[in-house]
Amino acid sequence: MTITVIFVYLALVLAVGTLSHKLFRGTGEDFFVASRSFGTFLLLMSLFGANMTAFAILGASGEAYHEGIGVFALMASSSALIIPTVFYFVGTRIWSLGKRHGYLSQIQYFRQRYDSDFLGLALFVVITALMIPYILVGFMGSGITLNQITNGQLPAWLGGLIVCAVTLTYVTYGGMRGTVWVNTFQVLVFMTFGLAAFIVIFKKLGGVENGMAMVAAKHPELLIRGDKIQPLQLLSYTCIPLSVGMFPHMFLHWLTAKRAATFRYTLVFYPLCIALVWIPSVLLGVLGSVDFPDLKGPAANSVLANMIALYAPGALAGFLAAGVLSAIMNSMDSQALAVGTMFTQDIVKHYGFHDRMTEKQQLLYGRLFVAAVIIITFVLSLVVNRSIFKISVWAFTGFAAMFPIVTAAIFWKRSTKYGALASVFSVVVLWIYFFIQAGDTPDYTVGGTGVMPVAVILAASAAAMIIVSLLTKPPKQEILDKFFAGDGFIASTKKLSESEKIVASRA
Amino acid sequence: MKNAFPRWTLYAGLIVLYLLHNDLWYWNDGTLVLGLPIGLLYHFGFCIAASLLLFLLVTYAWPKHLEVDSPEETRQ
Repeated sequence: MTITVIFVYLALVLAVGTLSHKLFRGTGEDFFVASRSFGTFLLLMSLFGANMTAFAILGASGEAYHEGIGVFALMASSSALIIPTVFYFVGTRIWSLGKRHGYLSQIQYFRQRYDSDFLGLALFVVITALMIPYILVGFMGSGITLNQITNGQLPAWLGGLIVCAVTLTYVTYGGMRGTVWVNTFQVLVFMTFGLAAFIVIFKKLGGVENGMAMVAAKHPELLIRGDKIQPLQLLSYTCIPLSVGMFPHMFLHWLTAKRAATFRYTLVFYPLCIALVWIPSVLLGVLGSVDFPDLKGPAANSVLANMIALYAPGALAGFLAAGVLSAIMNSMDSQALAVGTMFTQDIVKHYGFHDRMTEKQQLLYGRLFVAAVIIITFVLSLVVNRSIFKISVWAFTGFAAMFPIVTAAIFWKRSTKYGALASVFSVVVLWIYFFIQAGDTPDYTVGGTGVMPVAVILAASAAAMIIVSLLTKPPKQEILDKFFAGDGFIASTKKLSESEKIVASRA
Repeated sequence: MKNAFPRWTLYAGLIVLYLLHNDLWYWNDGTLVLGLPIGLLYHFGFCIAASLLLFLLVTYAWPKHLEVDSPEETRQ
């Protein structure tokens, strides 16, 4: 039954991805950013889906099983405020700049804003280095999860291969449009699954009140934060969601909006979507401690599967697999597309073709690179050590710590390329330092104070940007004219003509 | 017409809400309210408050100057 549901689900994913191709306009801009044509609903689903990994379903319930309800405050409600706020201040302005100057990747923007090929290259290396382990873990996670959910009927490598083949097909065939249509379908699947699992299980237990009363009787420590989470940890963890400001796939998704106004209701509904997905996961994880009291370490990630097997075997188990696959694939596809886009736009087009590529060439290279990223990461997922999981977790820290770069680029005229380079350098050095310091300690905080390393690296990155910018020569007036106007936020309100766009993109 | 919520009040609202995220007052309170632990219910309410504040932000402090007409619209 479970395998049947999985294959029906994957067939539907392929069908949705293929259908999207009917609207394909045959241009590079359509392949990479869907001709900047999406409305509020698709933008909300794609931004939310790209941020919700399998962690929101399996990891959240596993963490709640060990740490209790505090997980929601730590990882979900902070994101509910900070992520849409970043979209409001940064996402809308990036969209506007992207539309005016025809940007298709974040490196293009940083390279022109700071008038530095070297900075573009440095960011490309750092962003790709942080992104690849993240995609890789998606493949490993999908293989392992499929293996567990089907009780070993699907070997991990085969599960990963199936996910690889499906993702490869709809991303290379449909580009951004295919990816977003599939993402929308997937978000609806995992939201529906989460709510269905929540309702069915709690109904069998006589309601949420009864279920929580059972937890209060056996594990009251899971209903408070106590000493499982430190106050400084809660405060400093709020830096993590800033990572959305520097994720290359978020940047691409922002560019797909039809208008700046498209963001408006996306921002309003984003916090509600977070609550809708995370509350059921956290409550089911906490409840799992009553029926399955002996799950140690990562074994707790199977608590949701165990609860479903106990209270709602059959169809719901199959839907769990579909929900988890949805959550994994809708992050991985966007990430692979973003890395493929950077290779095409920022390496091949910029260095190989001196920014003069035909639409056909862009499409060909775009598809080749996206396919290469997916295939190579899948192959790597078969051979690399599982400690790679740790790097992917730390990827959030790296992206969040680079947030001052995008903030300064948009809001601070005086910021310079040397300031941005110093910021990148400080992130790389401190990230490596803390990564080594943390070793195998999962709950590592700086000196045991509760302060997350991200807060320290972010502060150092901001300080490096400010100090070095002030010590170096201000940017040229023509750069400021291009990117800033009277309000200090963004370039002139004059729209560039198509010929100006081409000139700007070659600059 | 005067803006009911000046931009600075909404930005201040974001900061106040951010500070309210650190609910030390419910840290060790496991009371169940409406069937949910109060610490979780508070953060569920926090998500709703964030949504409401964002609604006010996009209604009263929307950066209209960022809008760029698409070529098709410009031609029309």
